[in-house]
Amino acid sequence: MPAAPDWLIWSGLIVVAAPSALVVALGVATAVGRGPSERMIVRWVQAAVIAGLSAALVVLASMLTLGTRHVSIPMGDWVAIPRHYQFEVTFVFDRLSVPMAILSLVLSATIGAFASRYLHREPGFRRFFALYAIFLLGMVVASLAGTIETLFAGWELVGLSSALLVAYFLDRPAPARNGLWVWTVYRFSDAALLLAAVALHHLRGTGDFARLLGEGPWPAGRADLGAWPAFGVGLLMLLAAAGKSALIPFSGWLPRAMEGPTPSSAVFYGALSVHLGAFLLLRIGPILEASPPLAAVVVAVGLATAVLAYLSGSVQTDIKSALAYASLTQVSIIVVEIGLGFRYLALVHLLGHACLRMLQFLRAPTLLHDYHTLENAIGGRLPRGRLLWTNRAAGRIYRIAIEQGYLDGGLIEYVVRPFTRGLEWCDRTERRWTDFLDGNGSRESDRVKPSTVSIDEHS
Amino acid sequence: MNILELPWLDYALLSTAMGSLWVGRQRDPLRAYSWGLAFTGGALACAVLAWLGFYLGAPTEPGEALGLQRRLIGRVVFALDELNAPLFPAIALIHFLTALATARAKMRRFSFTWSLAAGTLRLAMFACRSPWPLIVLLAVSTIPPYIELRTRGRPTRVFVVHMATFLALLVVGWGFVELNGREAPAPFWATIPLVLAILIRCGSAPAHCWVTDWFEHATFGIALLFVAPLSGVYAAVRLLLPVAPTWALAGLSIASMITAVYAAGMATIQVEIRRFFAFLFIGHSALVLVGIELQTMTSMTASLCLWFSVILSLAGFGLTLRALEARFGRLSLRDYHGLYPHSPTLAVCFLLTGLACVGFPGTLGFIATEMLVDSAVEASPMIGVAVVAAAALNGIAVVRAYLHLFAGGRHASTVDLGLGRRERFAVLSLAALILGGGLFPQPGVMSQERAAEAILRDRARIQGGSGPHHDPATAQPASDRLSSTAGGNEP
Repeated sequence: MPAAPDWLIWSGLIVVAAPSALVVALGVATAVGRGPSERMIVRWVQAAVIAGLSAALVVLASMLTLGTRHVSIPMGDWVAIPRHYQFEVTFVFDRLSVPMAILSLVLSATIGAFASRYLHREPGFRRFFALYAIFLLGMVVASLAGTIETLFAGWELVGLSSALLVAYFLDRPAPARNGLWVWTVYRFSDAALLLAAVALHHLRGTGDFARLLGEGPWPAGRADLGAWPAFGVGLLMLLAAAGKSALIPFSGWLPRAMEGPTPSSAVFYGALSVHLGAFLLLRIGPILEASPPLAAVVVAVGLATAVLAYLSGSVQTDIKSALAYASLTQVSIIVVEIGLGFRYLALVHLLGHACLRMLQFLRAPTLLHDYHTLENAIGGRLPRGRLLWTNRAAGRIYRIAIEQGYLDGGLIEYVVRPFTRGLEWCDRTERRWTDFLDGNGSRESDRVKPSTVSIDEHS
Repeated sequence: MNILELPWLDYALLSTAMGSLWVGRQRDPLRAYSWGLAFTGGALACAVLAWLGFYLGAPTEPGEALGLQRRLIGRVVFALDELNAPLFPAIALIHFLTALATARAKMRRFSFTWSLAAGTLRLAMFACRSPWPLIVLLAVSTIPPYIELRTRGRPTRVFVVHMATFLALLVVGWGFVELNGREAPAPFWATIPLVLAILIRCGSAPAHCWVTDWFEHATFGIALLFVAPLSGVYAAVRLLLPVAPTWALAGLSIASMITAVYAAGMATIQVEIRRFFAFLFIGHSALVLVGIELQTMTSMTASLCLWFSVILSLAGFGLTLRALEARFGRLSLRDYHGLYPHSPTLAVCFLLTGLACVGFPGTLGFIATEMLVDSAVEASPMIGVAVVAAAALNGIAVVRAYLHLFAGGRHASTVDLGLGRRERFAVLSLAALILGGGLFPQPGVMSQERAAEAILRDRARIQGGSGPHHDPATAQPASDRLSSTAGGNEP
């Protein structure tokens, strides 16, 4: 493979450096307590996104012109212990990463422009853009990651910023609860990805995708793994992807994520974040090829999620939840396409769907207003859809749909509750032990009253 | 003579010891605060110079004319080596920042005299390599906490029972080691008491209740300073690791693994902030032990990195909690407080230091956690899964606490609840170290790698092995490893 020219490498570096600089600028400004003005923030965001996007377009144009399908930019070892451990940072520009990075930057630019007006004079304006910057950096790093460790770092940044944006509204408990649920699901998906990364590292002695998945440019690579190691690692990857893309059994977090402000719902859960799992599956395509049973599992998970998401989406009564399920239906179909081996189709589907869904999310808040305007204009009600779910069998399906397949309920009842009950029993046992030793009530914390200063909680 | 050749380590110890005596004479809390700050600041400056001197190759044992130790006690007991060189200034730093960030309202309650006395003992302990002086220091360092509890009229029995058991087991265990010979592997009857002593001091389940009880009853600053340096881990590395047979370390590793997961799980269900912090400490102490006991270069380096990271990040996290307590009293995690709008910097620092504890990307703990998982999976997939599960649960616990404290409700207040200048400086200094070390981890990792190599070499010498245990799958460059495995799928 011929070496890429210097200017191409520099352009590639700018794609990553621009969002990094935005994170640093907003982070430092927030930390020292002198937050920049709204106008300044918007300018910084514009500058970073334009710089990153321009550089990404230069890379794309150069690759098309030069006929290069794979440009690797090794940044060296972030950490290396000679003979023992290596953490390489490499960014890769290929047919998968370049469209994904450009998509991230284009949609983020749109959302930045939209949010600068939508959130104007909101108390959380700075916080939104600080999290937006972390999200953008996470997406760009994950998209361009040339090693699985780098992908993991970006993956975690996306997870944290997404969960905190679900809890964006600070004056109600529901966003905080839902933010925690999203974060919990993300943590388990992160854990699965980390284990997969370590397992791959031990199986192949490297975290570099080019070596893990074959030297050929995407999607032509071939993983040099046996069927069963590929199946094991692939299942961990699928678990990670399921958490991030809300596939079964983690689908319940997606409607909860709609607690966040509309711009974040649009870009994070409608357009980018929810597709990150599908992106991961596209990246590890050669591992799916190495294990047909794994590919079958991917197809099955995708199909089951698509059916459930369609049913759940069709009984939603608010537009953001309906769009969230519509989004999930499409993501699931993309996953099915990946499982069946249609990589390019899945990529094009992903890009198109992300753009369409983000615009729908952004349009959602004004839609109701437009409906009212139209009804006023015609002097009557607009035609409604016909009532589904009329017979008994359909009624049962309706119950499943309205309960979203009982997935959240099942996770709470059979995973979360036994876990917390067991630990609460341990806590009581510890209390008995320290009470016995101290001779009286050993816990001052029992006397800490629930907050009495929180007022107007449910307003 | 180079200024770095002065015995800065001795001066650091002297600074806190003299400070303790001097501040004890002050009756005015504000004056006591100012003097306390000056002495801990002096100790920090000396500790940093001692650390610089060590890395720039200044003699670790100064000449008789300058060395205070030779003059006072006739021999050098306290000195820096690869293991304690980075820990020594870190401990001086957390003492200084804890003193600095003490809110005016808490100055009367926070005893600078005892804090300086405990600081002297702690610094001496971490500078000590000889077994018996170390055991004496470990014993004496339990006295200031006991006096703290007595002074505050709080129950002491849980603390006394655990510490007395710990010391008795430690003395018995090391006594047997001495009988058998320090340069030989410890026999069964010496190993068991030593292992149990370490488990108790590190707060391993089920002997961890003294940690939660200590946080229940002590002032937060004193409680934080007592646990944050992970003295039990230091005792494990200095006393147990060189002489313990492999089966003992394997047992300790399993106990630590169970503790790490248990404590992380318990942290997720706590309904009061101090108990939550106590379990976070227990979990991290156990994680550090897991890596040390796996005895590979990577795991040892990872653990030492994690240890350093945990000292800084837990201290930073503790300081943010202390700042919250200074404003709102002890906080419940049963409901939501919505404090973010009143103190956004505090909220950001809470999240940053909390996530640094759990190894979030870009923070000091990230690389350490990655390396620890890598080496744990190498040793046993089960341990690897447990380490990952503990890290995941800790992350959930931290964000849960963040959301309960800073989101979910409206908090009405007519007074400014933002961070003061001193608190801001303290918390942001730690945050800067956490991020700086996270973004540029290589120098720190290499320093800890040298320490790990020395520890493993020492162990191999006593156990009769050939040197540091090299990780089989990673003992060659990635490219070589790749070529050697290109034909198959085996590691």
